[in-house]
Amino acid sequence: MAKLIRNRRVVADNWLLLELGAGGALPPVPAEGDVIVPLTVWLARRDALAVRLGQTGVWLDSNEGAETVAADLRRLPLIAVRFAAFTDGRGYSTARLLRERYGYSGEIRAIGDVGRDHLLNMQRCGIDAFALREGEDAEGALQAFEELPASYQASVVEPQPLFRRRVAG
Amino acid sequence: MYIYDEIDQKIVDQRVEQFRGQTQRFLAGKLSEDEFRALRLRNGLYVQRYAPMLRVAVPYGLLSSKQMRMFAHIARKYDRDYGHFSTRQNIQYNWPKLEEVPDILADLATVQMHAIQTSGNCVRNITTDHFAGVARDEIVDSFVWCEIIRQWSTFHPEFNWLPRKFKIAVNGATSDRAATEVHDIGLHAVRADDGAVGFRVVIGGGLGRAPMVGHTIREFLPWQHLLTYLEAALRIYNRHGRRDNIHKARIKFVVKEHGVQRFREEVEAEWLQLKDGPNTLIQAEVDRIERRFTRPAYAKLPGRDAALDALLAADTAFRHWHMRNVHPHKVPGYAAVTLSLKQTGVPPGDATSAQLDAVADLADRYSFGELRVSHEQNLILADVALTDLHALWGEAKKLGMATPNIGLLTNIICCPGGDFCSLANAKSIPVAQSIQERFDNLDYLHDIGEIDLNISGCMNACGHHHVGHIGILGVDKGGEEWYQIEIGGNQGEVRPGMRASLGKVIGPSFARAEVPDVIERLIECYLENRDSEAERFIDVAHRIGTEPFKDHVYGKADPQSPRRRRQLAAS
Ligand code: HEM
Ligand code: SF4
Repeated sequence: MAKLIRNRRVVADNWLLLELGAGGALPPVPAEGDVIVPLTVWLARRDALAVRLGQTGVWLDSNEGAETVAADLRRLPLIAVRFAAFTDGRGYSTARLLRERYGYSGEIRAIGDVGRDHLLNMQRCGIDAFALREGEDAEGALQAFEELPASYQASVVEPQPLFRRRVAG
Repeated sequence: MYIYDEIDQKIVDQRVEQFRGQTQRFLAGKLSEDEFRALRLRNGLYVQRYAPMLRVAVPYGLLSSKQMRMFAHIARKYDRDYGHFSTRQNIQYNWPKLEEVPDILADLATVQMHAIQTSGNCVRNITTDHFAGVARDEIVDSFVWCEIIRQWSTFHPEFNWLPRKFKIAVNGATSDRAATEVHDIGLHAVRADDGAVGFRVVIGGGLGRAPMVGHTIREFLPWQHLLTYLEAALRIYNRHGRRDNIHKARIKFVVKEHGVQRFREEVEAEWLQLKDGPNTLIQAEVDRIERRFTRPAYAKLPGRDAALDALLAADTAFRHWHMRNVHPHKVPGYAAVTLSLKQTGVPPGDATSAQLDAVADLADRYSFGELRVSHEQNLILADVALTDLHALWGEAKKLGMATPNIGLLTNIICCPGGDFCSLANAKSIPVAQSIQERFDNLDYLHDIGEIDLNISGCMNACGHHHVGHIGILGVDKGGEEWYQIEIGGNQGEVRPGMRASLGKVIGPSFARAEVPDVIERLIECYLENRDSEAERFIDVAHRIGTEPFKDHVYGKADPQSPRRRRQLAAS
């Protein structure tokens, strides 16, 4: 079973990630077990999925913003945000909007090109689970959370910018 | 100078350690070439034609003599004894060793300096007017606002992987000396009738291969909302900027593709969601930042100095220097002085460690220990007493930094070009030198008057050629180096009323050896057409258009001997 970092710990992952078939064909969704379905699948079969045995999450591709699922957040225990490449930073905005604008409190999981050197910013944007890409050392990657402990900005983990914390402190 | 507090220092120190770890993992083969490339770029480390290049930030161009000495130390210890000041108010080292870069960064951190976000697709060094804080036409001290934006943008978690680099410039004066209209975002301080400070927000300017002048998307943004507004604009860009084509990835293309109106609506709608949130600035923070800037302890001096006036009357060379390189100051009895890094025979912007040290000494003795780097690649002592000008001139001359050419033809902005840069189509430094050599007659230079000549070695436009009154661009034709000439570009409202404009190409390109002749022709055409000495080259170019220049260069008009012309004009 693939390794996952969740809340800064390496844990086993029991979610099945479903991809779209060739030409965008919607994949069959297993009747049981926890699955993460592509957004198109979710949008097409939302009500049927809600009554499956097992939990259903959704994953957003880099070009699919938070607003696409804003109405369904209460039904979604998990939203995965895909980073097509680590250099594609759209997922940071998606995660932040899910937390800050839409108040999502379930798991936000980074999937795709997710490496150790990106965990910190992802976490600051509200991502709390990380499906590391092939070849990453999960235990070693935990150190990334210890880097750059001080920061200027407001973020999901630190809702006040430093200048307001300074005034308060 | 902004003086770091403990947290500012800690943030820079942390980054050194983080980068050291990344470098070690790369050298140990645990980090791929591609990934390390993107990570090291976030820290100003390129790999260039012959060696790595390290770009160190000089936030908004302001530095202390102590920091300047550190630059000299780094040039000596880790490089080939010199550094290169860029048009983005940074310094670049062309020959550091990769393994030593973490040590260089650690050395820099001891004097509150870093290379954070000096390259890569993130918010870059914030640039501003090199006369901030001393200009007579000041509206606000832009340094304070630059520092606020610097802190906000440093390791911003959401905007570290933008579609492309992002450059913000701030102008705090009536004149725009920071070329803000050709930045991704330009902020212009404005004072409302009731005295409240705000900013005019210009978005979507930029140079590079598709140069554009930015659009005003908000006339007045009250200062409290500066960061929320930036956050909204950057978020729209992060989400909608093109990621499929690097050449269309700057924010200017979003503005163009969406249209200014729609883009404005998108930013404003996003901003309404963020407005009055935690990032809303508070007076206490502005005051705190302001207090952390050391200010010169000016003496009470008379506005004129009789001894200076006498020296100026007596010495033509001093007078020339004073006319070009000394600038008015808001405090009576003081002036700002440009130390020219444009001596003929030296690549524009280059300085040796000995020069860097010597300049630091000058700053200590004549200008309260502070210096600025201008986007024209010169150094500035911003707070010199009038009574010291003559002595300073003598010392600057000895250092080769008193070329009286600020604002004149030989004050060329020039990118590193083919001598250093792997993207270059052509060399640029030798072109600058051949022009400087051709126009070596000072009287003639002063007669030609104010003119910006800018050179880039390729269409990336690091040498700002699009906004030079004369712009020279290196192009590649069948593997050979050629040069295209533009005229009519203007970096911005250096003089109120004249907005930024982009140059127009005058015709087919030239071989390198021909370039000085062509420039000479352009100047002849200007001199023939100007209605008085007050009418500058750019004014004439805008008034009569490119055609007469073109005809004169390509020979439709009667070609008199350029040399004879020059002698006539000089006599
Ligand atoms: C030698 C290494 C350098 C490389 C590889 C490099 C690369 C680039 C590239 C690719 C662009 C175009 C970006 C775009 O249009 O999206 C650019 C723009 C620019 N660079 Fe450089 N550059 C280098 C050095 C410099 C230096 C030394 C300066 C200052 C003298 C400089 C200042 C600028 C400026 C002002 C732009 C302007 C245009 C803009 O961003 O709109 N660069 N550079
Ligand atoms: S303009 Fe071109 S040649 Fe000059 S430094 Fe930039 S990328 Fe290199």
